[in-house]
Amino acid sequence: MAQKLVVIGNGMAPGRMLEHLFETAPGRFDVTIFNAEPRVNYDRIMLSPVLSGEKTFDDIVIHGDGWYIEHGVTLYKGHKVVAIDRVAKTVTSDHGVIEPYDRLVIATGSTPFIPPVPGHRLPGVITYRDLDDVDAMLLAAQSREKAVVIGGGLLGLEAAAGLNARGMDVTVLHLMPTLMERQLDPAAGYLLQKAIEQRGITVITKADTKAILGEGKVTGVELKDGRIIPASLVVMAVGIRPNAALAKDAGLAVNRGIVVDDGMLTSDPAILSLGECAEVAGNVYGLVAPLYQMARVAASHLAGDTSSRFTHSETPTKLKVTGIDLYSLGDFADGEDRDEIVLRDASAGIYKRIVLKENRIIGTVLFGETSDGAWFADLQKKATDISQMRETLIFGQVHQGGPGADPLAAVAALADDAEICGCNGVCKGKITGAITAKGLTTLDGVRAHTKASASCGSCTGLVEKLMTLTLGDGYNPAAVQPMCTCTDLGHDDVRRLIKAKHLKTIPAVMQELEWKTSCGCAKCRPALNYYLVCDWPDGYADDYQSRFINERAHANIQKDGTYSVVPRMWGGMTSSHELRAIADVVDKFAIPAVKVTGGQRIDMLGIRKEDLPAVWADLGKAGFVSGHAYAKGLRTVKTCVGTDWCRFGTQDSTGLGIRIEKFMWGSWTPAKVKMGVSGCPRNCAEATCKDVGVICVDSGYEIHFAGAAGLDIKGTEVLGLVKTEDDALVHIVALTQMYREQGRYLERIYKWAKRIGLDEIRRQIMDDAEKRQGYFDRFVFSQTFAQVDPWEERVSGKDKHEFRPMATVGYAQAAE
Amino acid sequence: MIWTPIGSINDIPRRGARCVATPQGRIAVFRTGDDKVYAIEDHCPHRGGPLSQGIVHDASVTCPLHNWVISLETGKAQGADEGVVRTIPVRIDGENLFIALEALASRAA
Ligand code: SRM
Ligand SMILES: Cc1cc2nc3c(=O)[nH]c(=O)nc-3n(C[C@H](O)[C@H](O)[C@H](O)COP(=O)(O)OP(=O)(O)OC[C@H]3O[C@@H](n4cnc5c(N)ncnc54)[C@H](O)[C@@H]3O)c2cc1C
Ligand code: SF4
Ligand code: FES
Repeated sequence: MAQKLVVIGNGMAPGRMLEHLFETAPGRFDVTIFNAEPRVNYDRIMLSPVLSGEKTFDDIVIHGDGWYIEHGVTLYKGHKVVAIDRVAKTVTSDHGVIEPYDRLVIATGSTPFIPPVPGHRLPGVITYRDLDDVDAMLLAAQSREKAVVIGGGLLGLEAAAGLNARGMDVTVLHLMPTLMERQLDPAAGYLLQKAIEQRGITVITKADTKAILGEGKVTGVELKDGRIIPASLVVMAVGIRPNAALAKDAGLAVNRGIVVDDGMLTSDPAILSLGECAEVAGNVYGLVAPLYQMARVAASHLAGDTSSRFTHSETPTKLKVTGIDLYSLGDFADGEDRDEIVLRDASAGIYKRIVLKENRIIGTVLFGETSDGAWFADLQKKATDISQMRETLIFGQVHQGGPGADPLAAVAALADDAEICGCNGVCKGKITGAITAKGLTTLDGVRAHTKASASCGSCTGLVEKLMTLTLGDGYNPAAVQPMCTCTDLGHDDVRRLIKAKHLKTIPAVMQELEWKTSCGCAKCRPALNYYLVCDWPDGYADDYQSRFINERAHANIQKDGTYSVVPRMWGGMTSSHELRAIADVVDKFAIPAVKVTGGQRIDMLGIRKEDLPAVWADLGKAGFVSGHAYAKGLRTVKTCVGTDWCRFGTQDSTGLGIRIEKFMWGSWTPAKVKMGVSGCPRNCAEATCKDVGVICVDSGYEIHFAGAAGLDIKGTEVLGLVKTEDDALVHIVALTQMYREQGRYLERIYKWAKRIGLDEIRRQIMDDAEKRQGYFDRFVFSQTFAQVDPWEERVSGKDKHEFRPMATVGYAQAAE
Repeated sequence: MIWTPIGSINDIPRRGARCVATPQGRIAVFRTGDDKVYAIEDHCPHRGGPLSQGIVHDASVTCPLHNWVISLETGKAQGADEGVVRTIPVRIDGENLFIALEALASRAA
């Protein structure tokens, strides 16, 4: 007689299991299925095409009603099992049906996780799991109003794309800095965000939801930073949790999911579990490929063959949004024993990265061009040694051994009328012709004569290959010193391209400029961060992880790991009130050393990192702000006593120094900037060895620049003489802004000036009023974002984590 | 091994580090750009710089004091520099991080 098999849940996993079972052991079981969802088994994966309108529900049904009849299966649609009695071997549904079993299969899938923020129960807040959710979204979409999707993972993005296709105005909120961070590295995450935004979907990363707003119905979402995004529909797609409650109530072993062995048996041998609710060897799964393997194992087990075993394997992730090609598989973390091969094609929006370990692929991320995904996966699965094809591996299967493997050959094969520089419409023949006819040997020469690569520069690589082809060894592309080993581009090219291509994040720069590493190094990241801060003051989110520790912690690290703190003393002036406050702080925090610096202010040395916020809080109460003694930015403006007191003073040098410092503090610069204002040519403020200095004279203000007194000693050059204090300020600010826009990271003003030419700088700042005003205005605009006291920010909680250990452990054990 | 919980992966910024205070000194716990987590002694083999304060790139950190580059996986100094810092086993379970304190205790003994 047939045994009774009862299945709880009618999803994709048990559906596949039954198919196998009916094939291998027909008639062995009499099957009853309970399904909380009032419908037959359908392809849950394909809900997104239903949402976007590319498919209908009928298209995605896996087993129609006829299938259940054919196999004699009783399907209780809309029956949720509420109890399992393992002694009596029965299950009970919420409609009161009691069904006995010989073998039971629990396949209850997952439940969407809903973060318990205020308002999460409001009507209009839905999850994305089943057809009812899709119907609810379609209904809401008829309004064509605003929708917010919380969660920028696979589900969230598919929901967002679907709602967008249905005419809603969609914003995706994602907690992490890049989308789908579990499957993609930041470079691919950046490209994905760009592709999503191109559809008109707004993406807000690092978005921490504080509350869902509305009374009786959703009206919007409030973020922790205070932003409010209006919405009449909120889709929660932040993650799923295995649905194991029923099994737990029945006393089965449950960890994250229902614990099963590699034969899909739970802790009760009469009961199996499979699908997203099951946990095998500590893993739970959320993609169907492993679930289908479970289905095969469970089926053979039920059919009496217990030799079949579940083994873990990696499953690739793909996003089902039409027009976005993305593929990720395996482990793509960096590591010392690992190697990576990166291919970026900025114009085509392609990024490919293969991670190798001992010449074998262990991870793959593909964006924009994914046709080789299966091939890479196969190489990974078979652990093929790729050393033979290493050079061409990243170009894919068709390039193995065939033509096209040599990138120069590809350029050589181009026809003479093939366009190389899109911006200026220059074709190959014109470039090679000019190189030969005019005897050009440098990239700049080609740019000057043909205009090729002179605009956005994205064809530079092609132009260089043409030069190599035409000149052979006569062309030496290494003439430009690259920023670091992550790129062939020099600082100036990078700065130019950031502006030309409107690159506004570090991943954007790395992708569009075809960086050779996935996340840069300690040389290029701080430089890029500065360039972006400087070029997009209003649009760039400073990346603190790309700043050196001093700028990240806003204090100077000392050799023993403690810090020193130097508050501003504007123009070197102080007061009894300030000095008393410093004395109190020194006592309160037992600061071991206090020193007058070479920059006319006071340094407190040897402060523990944990104490910094409290030290700053006390200093802040006395009116102090950060002296930026650590910054590639404005440091001090040294002054002398000037007309206020000195018998030789010609102008108010102290006043001007204070004015300059108050106007310019907080600005970031390529390297540190120090200034000085002396009241007469006796020069007591040492203004003539500063980056910028002023010597006051009877007839006005003599502005100096390009001095140094550190590693090199160099007297300043004269920029020019101006009549009023206002003029002095405008000229100094304009000069600094010119340097900010052109300087290479870590290049002090005197080196920059030498490179650009003193006359060129004088021409732009002294003689060209329009240029000068332009620089001045851009500096002022940038200051509206930069002039924030970093100490006060941190006292009020910003980057709290930076200053505390994440945990204190082990003291109890040690005491034992 | 005794696994001691030290917090969540979300406590550490990507390409950043936090430290854990222990009786044997500070341990630096790093999170890379692609969410790998490593723990090493917070003590540069060169002159003891606090490695947790350095810039993290790939699976390495650049010491904040004199720019030695230390591998987070092996604790070895990279390039021409020679030296090694102890690595501490880390386990990630979901979002929760654990370090193997036993390894510390055995060192103290
Ligand atoms: C505190 C102070 C010495 C003092 O006790 O007086 C000082 C201390 C340091 N200087 Fe300085 N410099 C100090 C005035 C100077 C001066 C004199 C001045 O500013 O009038 C100079 C020469 C002028 C110049 O810059 O051209 C000076 C030239 C340097 C240099 C060489 C820079 C160069 O490009 O040649 C460095 C190295 C660097 O920046 O890379 C440096 C670096 C440093 C660092 C930041 C070393 C470091 O990287 O950790 C020291 C930090 C100690 C700390 O934690 O406070 N310090 N340093 C002075 C702080 C001034 C302030 O109030 O902000
Ligand atoms: C929109 C969307 C897109 C996806 N895209 C992909 C993709 O591209 N690739 C991929 O591999 N995977 C994808 N997935 C995941 C994939 O669909 C799931 O991994 C798979 O469907 C899980 O199958 P399952 O049988 O374990 O559970 P489910 O399919 O969740 O089935 C569980 C069923 O059990 C029922 N149930 C729960 N409790 C009870 C109870 N007490 N009594 C009776 N019935 C109960 C539920 O109502 C549900 O119908 C996607 C998922 C969604 C939602
Ligand atoms: S001169 Fe400057 S950098 Fe050198 S030891 Fe003194 S403070 Fe430090
Ligand atoms: S202490 Fe780390 S490099 Fe010197």
